[in-house]
Amino acid sequence: MRAFLPARAVLYEEEDTRPYECDGLTAYRRLPMVVALPETEEQVRQVLQTCAAMGVPVVPRGAGTGLSGGALPPGDGILLSMAKFMRILRVDPLARIAVVQPGVRNAAISEAAAPFGLYYAPDPSSQIACTIGGNVAENSGGVHCLKYGLTVHNVLRLRGFTINGEPVEIGAEAPDAPGYDLLALAIGSEGMLVVVTEVTVKLLPQPQFAKVIMASFDDLEVAGRAVAEVIAAGIIPAGLEMMDRPATHAVEQFVGAGYDLDAAAILLCESDGTPEEVEDEIKRIREVLQRAGASRMSESRSEAERLRFWSGRKAAFPAVGRISPDYYCMDGTIPRKRLGEVLNFIGQMEKKYGLRCPNVFHAGDGNLHPLILFDANKPDELHRAEQFAAEVLEKCIEVGGTITGEHGVGIEKINQMCVQFRPEELELFLAVKRAFDPAGLLNPGKAVPTLARCAEYGRMRVQRGKLAHPELPRF
Amino acid sequence: MSLESLQTAIRDAAASGAQLRLRGGGTKDFYGNAPRGSIIDTRAYAGIVSYEPTELVVTARCGTALSELESALEGEGQCLPFEPPHFGAQATLGGCVAAGLSGPRRASAGALRDFLLGVKIVDGRGRVMSFGGQVMKNVAGYDVARMIAGTLGTLGLIAEASLKVLPRAPAELSLRLEMPLERAIEAMNRWAGRPLPITATAWHEGELTLRLSGADVALRSARQALGGTALDAAQAQARWRAVREHTHPFFAGNEPLWRIAVPSAAGPLALEGKTLVEWSGGLRWLRSSAEAGAVRDAARAVGGHATLFRASDKSAGAFMPLPPVLARLHRELKNVFDPAGILNPGRLYPEL
Repeated sequence: MRAFLPARAVLYEEEDTRPYECDGLTAYRRLPMVVALPETEEQVRQVLQTCAAMGVPVVPRGAGTGLSGGALPPGDGILLSMAKFMRILRVDPLARIAVVQPGVRNAAISEAAAPFGLYYAPDPSSQIACTIGGNVAENSGGVHCLKYGLTVHNVLRLRGFTINGEPVEIGAEAPDAPGYDLLALAIGSEGMLVVVTEVTVKLLPQPQFAKVIMASFDDLEVAGRAVAEVIAAGIIPAGLEMMDRPATHAVEQFVGAGYDLDAAAILLCESDGTPEEVEDEIKRIREVLQRAGASRMSESRSEAERLRFWSGRKAAFPAVGRISPDYYCMDGTIPRKRLGEVLNFIGQMEKKYGLRCPNVFHAGDGNLHPLILFDANKPDELHRAEQFAAEVLEKCIEVGGTITGEHGVGIEKINQMCVQFRPEELELFLAVKRAFDPAGLLNPGKAVPTLARCAEYGRMRVQRGKLAHPELPRF
Repeated sequence: MSLESLQTAIRDAAASGAQLRLRGGGTKDFYGNAPRGSIIDTRAYAGIVSYEPTELVVTARCGTALSELESALEGEGQCLPFEPPHFGAQATLGGCVAAGLSGPRRASAGALRDFLLGVKIVDGRGRVMSFGGQVMKNVAGYDVARMIAGTLGTLGLIAEASLKVLPRAPAELSLRLEMPLERAIEAMNRWAGRPLPITATAWHEGELTLRLSGADVALRSARQALGGTALDAAQAQARWRAVREHTHPFFAGNEPLWRIAVPSAAGPLALEGKTLVEWSGGLRWLRSSAEAGAVRDAARAVGGHATLFRASDKSAGAFMPLPPVLARLHRELKNVFDPAGILNPGRLYPEL
């Protein structure tokens, strides 16, 4: 590495590599053998080519805010930090695109586009810290994706390298690039198919005006039904979020967002557009929520108040971090109509495992974030939290949902992949991986379990009463 | 027809190496390179599997008529936001997803792939597999479902698809403005950067038509900002249908039709022939007998690509050739899904 990277860009002393031992999922830690911090595409190419030639694993990393252990370093390989790729290369206001390096923070793109009345739509809660490279790896969402989409809907083109250091350009600034949609495949691939060195994103016009309604409900299921009523009325709100009482209480102490602390659940429902459009839509939303049983409603009266209503939702994770030594954030997505059932199930799990679990919920798109509170210093609590999480994720699959809506599988949910997918589907994922990375060096062991691992987990999905691959040993 | 019989047909073909031509209503037979192989007609595997308007998701089998699906959505005040072209009454959902084509609303709403939440496919070994699902957000496993859009049946038979649907706009209004292409391109891009409810654009022979969709109040203020003459509702509807379905006079005749996708703000292309421009400038239809190489060079020069859409001679290849690394990845992926190479061989690229 030192042959082509400056001395400051190669870290191997423990005191230097320690900060890279984990990402946002701190329950899993591993010291990387070496951390490489390249500054140019050529250096990235050389790192990859060298690692490929020597058979050394490589794990790419952005800001390390991921919540599923996707950037957990390899003990016997290179952690490839893209932190120094932090330039915004081009903002083209007429074409409404920005070309940025992967280490650019999500919020920095919107800041750079703001003078032109444009912004980058996906807004994960961690947007002040997380990088666009990490967003691409995880297909990150946010609180506005029902109307404006996920990362996959807002990225036009990627430039990067395969593990062998071959340059690739995927997608294009022009619509509908020819051939297979490798852009869809690469986005959300958790750094396992290519290493990205440049990202072209779509910019949208900033809405002229936005307003949010905060509605209180005495019952979680009633709140869940109110969400369906809004959609049934033909309204697609810019944001539609739900928080239960334990979550609002945690948040209120932390940021003072002005939430109704008596409500069993609150809904935040945002409308954006021209001022006339917003007034019109807010009126309709108000009527729907009233009919659906809201016990109290208040509207943001200023931009500052709107941002304050959202500040609580966006600070939910750190707020929960203050009331509990540790927490475990889940990310299942379910059909909205099953919300009441799943929340009841979570309530039962709280009793079964003796752990509390506040819920925040991207209600518009059915994405749940139950936060299991535990104390890693108490014997057995982490283990209980993990089992709690596993049961909830498997419940999400059972009701027709998925184990992860936006945080990724990483190392955290790898066992539940064995439940969500059948062996032949997992085999296909592994074969797709081999098509890009035959030796399996890029972020190995993440996102897609081997069938042997599934056999060990003992939750292989049984097809028509017949266990697939009976030849594999089970433990 | 059952899924098992489709599986059996594919499994048998894989064993004997017989090439298969997966086909729905045949309305897009012209698209891509010439189809070959014995036909598997998917129309018998039809029907809406589930549709719950409040979940904003519809799931249907491949043989379902696109018109049937769209009327079911219309009945609930919803629509397929990407406005897929049918190109004939027989169009099926399977063919629609396999072709991956989007209509006039693409620049504002997104492409077919943006709304494709999940698929069930039968791969080249006859295995049934499901990817994605019926929820809005799902990042478990690689996003194989979205990648299936536009593969023209070369990776698997699309047995079932789940699509995100949206409410239909409460009101629409179309405006006509006179302006030369260069100014129209500039104007369409400028407007797209402002919060205006423009959901379709079409420029042809000095006339720019805009469609606005949304709440009445929004349309009124947008109309003031944009100017132009309003079309009456029936005329407007017919106009957009003609653009979407290629029944507009521009599309008549036998001269080769090119579909040139470019970055939307790229200036007019210096190519001989008539043109019709959509998607705020991102899509340039061209009727021209110009050399394929010249058309593709012109597209490439501005960062775009050119598809030979309708032509009696497609020896130049329907789609723009891929650079070597991407071409290799395509071959590797084809080999993962269809190792015997029996599914719609050559339809997308000769080597796939």
